[in-house]
Amino acid sequence: MSASATPTFPPHLLDFQDWSRPQIESLLETARMMQEVLARPVKKVPALMGFTVATVFFEPSTRTRISFELAARRMSADVVSFSGAMSSTAKGETYRDTLRTLEQMGIDAYIIRADAAGVCHQAYRWLGKPILNAGDGWRAHPTQALLDAFTLLERLGSLEGKKIAIVGDILHSRVARSNAELLPLLGATVVACGPATLLPAHLPGAHLTTDLREALQDADAVMVLRLQKERMDKGLLPSLPEYIAAYQVTRARLAWARPQAPLLHPGPMNRDVEMEGILAEAPQSLVERQVANGQAVRMAVLYHLLVGRKRSEG
Amino acid sequence: MERKITFKSKLLNEDEVRRALTRIAHEVIEKNKGSEGLCFVGIHTRGISLARRLVDLIERFEGRRVPMGILDITLYRDDLTEIGLQPKVRETRIPFDLSGKAVVLVDDVLYTGRTARAALDALIDLGRPSRIYLAVLIDRGHRELPIRADFVGKNLPTARSEVVKVKTQEDDGEDAVELWEVEST
Repeated sequence: MSASATPTFPPHLLDFQDWSRPQIESLLETARMMQEVLARPVKKVPALMGFTVATVFFEPSTRTRISFELAARRMSADVVSFSGAMSSTAKGETYRDTLRTLEQMGIDAYIIRADAAGVCHQAYRWLGKPILNAGDGWRAHPTQALLDAFTLLERLGSLEGKKIAIVGDILHSRVARSNAELLPLLGATVVACGPATLLPAHLPGAHLTTDLREALQDADAVMVLRLQKERMDKGLLPSLPEYIAAYQVTRARLAWARPQAPLLHPGPMNRDVEMEGILAEAPQSLVERQVANGQAVRMAVLYHLLVGRKRSEG
Repeated sequence: MERKITFKSKLLNEDEVRRALTRIAHEVIEKNKGSEGLCFVGIHTRGISLARRLVDLIERFEGRRVPMGILDITLYRDDLTEIGLQPKVRETRIPFDLSGKAVVLVDDVLYTGRTARAALDALIDLGRPSRIYLAVLIDRGHRELPIRADFVGKNLPTARSEVVKVKTQEDDGEDAVELWEVEST
């Protein structure tokens, strides 16, 4: 069989620090091929037969977990799921004990979500197996950024020189952090916008502003983040109406961006809070496309993390 | 260990490739009793170019263009757990319904039979053809699976240490079949 080899990939997807542009582009190209598999009547290929993948979710999430599990199953991997919201006090040791237990069952790759940053890095140090970060604290959510980039590329063709605005609660958002890391790697400029209390002091890869008009002006695409209502309780926002008045992305404000600029939202959405509800169904909304593309991107990540690696002997 | 390959000889030139493909096209029509219900699926990379040639030839002979698709078998390979190997996933595009069709699967070289096995699995996942034929430009022997071709451009006894390179105008700028020798240094 002919083997035109792809660039070698890092043994984990923790964030994008170890990933180069050619690796990312190659992975997104694989994701495009996976879309074809998902368009078939029988959506299953034998590529990962014999591999066992564990989803380990220390923080509850249904949609991301389902997307990962389906992606693994469509590639014929066996999937086991561990979910448990741990108390924040018992962390370090509990994570380790859980993972060590799973390790004894012959897991080939771990898809981990945790409420604390760095758990995935630790897991790689402990286990030395492919680790896929499904979201760790506020730090990173790399597959979300990959599916956002993939969805943007589908619509815009290229991200070179494109301005992408991210609006909302930037401070607590691992989606914003991962996108600020990934999109510039593909040639885009990222502007992150929110009220001062919801902006970090510094966000590598992005220009920060509290001025919504500045962020949206001539933007090639707009990504809106969920406003978690519990932020109000912590005194980070004076009131919801005040946030809406200054930062809600509305049809009128979207006119500042380029015509037909695509609109993204990682979900779950608070309609009429961070975004005028009706926009979710507008022609430029890619919200549903993001969800569909999520599976293809996760299949591609699993392919690159597992194929060609030694199987676990547990 | 480095793999060095050196040119040995030209097995088929442009005219010989054309004649072989012309004969295969005629044999396909004869076997299928015309072009009704016929379609072609080319396997990456040279198989696609060869399938396109066969479709062109059949159009010339029969006055109708039969549908054609392209197939990548990467996700069906049986060696994906081999350490260090990570083949690139390429495009599969079958823009018509395979069900009830007579499919001619086209590849450049038939060797171990593993690519053909993977292609059969992939095709069967994509639909339910009434039958599947295998057409290859070169059959070089050394089968590892019980697979044979229905249409063969040229049977060519080879040694395992040799490499058969099929070149096409579309992929390589010329039509030819060459024999190369692998030396492990």
